[in-house]
Amino acid sequence: MNCDLLIIGAGPAGMAAAITARQAGISVVVADENPAVGGQVYRSVETGPLVQSDLLGADYSSGRELAEVFAASGAQHQSGTTVFMIERTQTHGFTIGLATSERARMVEARHVLIATGALERPCPIPGWTLPGVMTAGAAQTLLKSSAIAPEGPTILAGSGPLLSVLAAQYARAGVKLAAVLDTTPRGNWLKALPHLPGFLMSPYLLKGLKLLREVMSAHRIIRHVSALEAVGEGQLSGVSVVASGRTFMIPATTLLLHQGVVPQVNLAMASGVAHVWSEARLAFEPALAPDGETTVPGLFIAGDSAGIGGAQAAQARGLLAGLAILDRIDPATRASRQTQRSRAEASLARSLRGRAFLDALYRPAPQFRMPADDVIICRCEDVTAGDVRRLIARGTQGPNQMKAFTRAGMGPCQGRSCGLTLTELFAKQTGRSPQQVGHLRLRAPVKPITVGQMAGLADAEQRD
Amino acid sequence: MFRRLLEPSRQVTIFVNGQALIAAVGDTVAAALLLTGNTRFRHTAKSNSPRGPYCGMGVCFDCLVTINGEPNRQACLALVQEGMEIMTGAAAPKLAAYKRA
Ligand code: FES
Repeated sequence: MNCDLLIIGAGPAGMAAAITARQAGISVVVADENPAVGGQVYRSVETGPLVQSDLLGADYSSGRELAEVFAASGAQHQSGTTVFMIERTQTHGFTIGLATSERARMVEARHVLIATGALERPCPIPGWTLPGVMTAGAAQTLLKSSAIAPEGPTILAGSGPLLSVLAAQYARAGVKLAAVLDTTPRGNWLKALPHLPGFLMSPYLLKGLKLLREVMSAHRIIRHVSALEAVGEGQLSGVSVVASGRTFMIPATTLLLHQGVVPQVNLAMASGVAHVWSEARLAFEPALAPDGETTVPGLFIAGDSAGIGGAQAAQARGLLAGLAILDRIDPATRASRQTQRSRAEASLARSLRGRAFLDALYRPAPQFRMPADDVIICRCEDVTAGDVRRLIARGTQGPNQMKAFTRAGMGPCQGRSCGLTLTELFAKQTGRSPQQVGHLRLRAPVKPITVGQMAGLADAEQRD
Repeated sequence: MFRRLLEPSRQVTIFVNGQALIAAVGDTVAAALLLTGNTRFRHTAKSNSPRGPYCGMGVCFDCLVTINGEPNRQACLALVQEGMEIMTGAAAPKLAAYKRA
């Protein structure tokens, strides 16, 4: 199954790139881990139980058209497929390792686009590993794909646009939350102020105000929350809250956490793509040319994995990357794509407007990124912030040595739940910048491959 | 605890720890289990503490269950299928269960 372009991720960026590339007739394969297209933002947009209702909002419904065009584009969609490695070949193409639950195999592609989107920033608070605690994104996925909502006292806590979006969706569904706990630090408003003009001209303003009204009329909102603790014996039973200097407990069976989203970096980093720390967004982002090409020639990144911008920006970036790849394949016809390119560039600029304001406003407070010593930061290996701090004090050199000493980042999630925390803990304690500290070194396979899948790989190689 | 907002249009029967259960076509295994009130999917190797789905999108590996005899499957990525047999409560994945390529 060799192809001209292999895209990883069937969200807005991946679909837009695939559609664009197919217009020129090149062969496109789109591999995606999920059961259906849409990514997380347009999850289940084709066949989900709520696609006919307006409960999820107009933004969600707009993904439907994209999914329809994608389905008709002739791109080959491989669902339930994980990409565990990308390697540059000597002939300037790529070998890509794909795995389904049954087997792993290798394919060749001339160009590769990573469009794996975002993941939620780690929310290491005391008790975040208790069953009953999950991310707001996870709860929204249940809503989109199965029309499932929490029952029993439920608390939504954290900061960021998704918090209001989900709270409003629950309000429309008649689900009343026990509380919405807003951890946005007071001082952020002041820091966001210089970016206000851009925000006032962005589509976020009206949408945000409308959401806020919906949320405030349906749920109890508690602001200025400065500490959170999930409490329970082997199961969540309540949340201890510090807000405006008062400490109190709210009983809950479900706690939904959110501190914004950050680019998924594992596949790109393991493929050798250079990344840069963004102090504004407190995350590593790939170093990219304007057209989306990474520091690995022929390997492109688009969508939220290129830098958080939301669905519209992702679609525009996907389109631009698709066009850039066509330019490489057929430079002579580049001029014929100029109108499309200009339009996508304008759309990207429009959808990024107002983003700087949101980044500053929703910047998570330090205590929610670098917790107290007794809090677990590596969920896979039960490593606490204190374990890490003690070893830093004793001279541990960086996240990679920390991994060897504590196993933090060595479990099946391969640092996805602790990577940023580790970098920030090091930076804080040693006075280096997060860029100097760097991220845990990531290597293929970026997802665990089972013995069974490996056997499939061996079989395939024998046949070849 | 979770509930459905809509009655599912198409149903399948799955078996969770030997017990028959109705789920909807399109449910992930994680969704079907959460609807039964089960939030404890597995236990960790180090502290034997219970864990359940956290990220819901294949990132955290805290939702691991055994599906049709195959251990360490991510319940949030697998869709239910007629007759599927799911076991929860397994001990954590020992890293030996994974072979590195
Ligand atoms: S819930 Fe995180 S991987 Fe399934």
